[in-house]
Amino acid sequence: MHELSIAQSIFETVLTEKRKKNLSTIEKIGLKIGSLSSILPDSLEFSFNAIKIDTELADTVLEMEIIPIQGNCKDCKQKFQVHDYAFFCPHCQSGQIEIQQGMEMEIAYLEIED
Amino acid sequence: MKKVAIEKKVLSENDKLAVKIREQLTGRGVLSLNFVSSPGSGKTSLLEKTLAAIGDQLNIALIAGDVQTENDANRLIEAGGKSVLPIVTGGSCHLDAKMISKVLPGINIDELDLLIIENVGNLVCPASYDLGEDMKIALVSTTEGHDKPLKYPGMFRRSSVMVINKIDLLGTSDFDVEEVKKNARQINANLKFFETSCRTGEGLQNWFHWLIDTVKTKKDRL
Repeated sequence: MHELSIAQSIFETVLTEKRKKNLSTIEKIGLKIGSLSSILPDSLEFSFNAIKIDTELADTVLEMEIIPIQGNCKDCKQKFQVHDYAFFCPHCQSGQIEIQQGMEMEIAYLEIED
Repeated sequence: MKKVAIEKKVLSENDKLAVKIREQLTGRGVLSLNFVSSPGSGKTSLLEKTLAAIGDQLNIALIAGDVQTENDANRLIEAGGKSVLPIVTGGSCHLDAKMISKVLPGINIDELDLLIIENVGNLVCPASYDLGEDMKIALVSTTEGHDKPLKYPGMFRRSSVMVINKIDLLGTSDFDVEEVKKNARQINANLKFFETSCRTGEGLQNWFHWLIDTVKTKKDRL
């Protein structure tokens, strides 16, 4: 249940950006959430919606893109998607893989009213 | 509608602080370990045994996180911990780098060999927060399910060591050591395993030796 503190970080970061760049009403916050980031999208949305009430971001919504886990085999150098949390290379069965994508928790973009 | 690119990590402030902590500790050759597990797997017990056995060979400081009470910190002081700092999160389910930064000035890191952070008992939330540690040590006990690594892949993927604790209770439940290792390897092929019992002392020597060697390796890199 750390989604509340994650939502708080998103809220503060976006508010800082809004003031720094002097942006008008923010309609949407685009997030990239890795499948391995231990974040529940529904709880994150619930938490954000609770925090934003009566603030400058009261009408802002979250849009989450879930990023699948992408691995890179250190042995056979092939790239592949990790399914069902089976962290080994489907080509050579090696467990020596590097995670290229899927751990992220990132504010990708903001959508602003014209 | 206009799109503005931000591309900023949500936890960038935490991560910046974690980098600072890591630099500070690494600059003095201090090994730092972040202990994670479900509540009741035996983190505090393993640390008590560790302090009692090698507390006079190594300079160890401990940061003990708990949602409420300083009970764990008090147990570690009673076990011989000379530098034990409690963090009572007051409800928060994890420690973050800011909390560590706040208490770190209370530790004399110039004289230190090993910093152990005992995280809040939780296998989900602490996975997201880098505390500036060298490695995460995950504990699983034999009274839990052997599918735990599969249930919490985020944590086991980020851990370097898995301690299977309470092995004196093997046979009293359906927990299967080989099965838990197989499940853990599916998530992370590089996990190093220890099997321990804090009650009988079984397996603890291997853990102490590894800890002393790992502290030495870190110091030698200075």
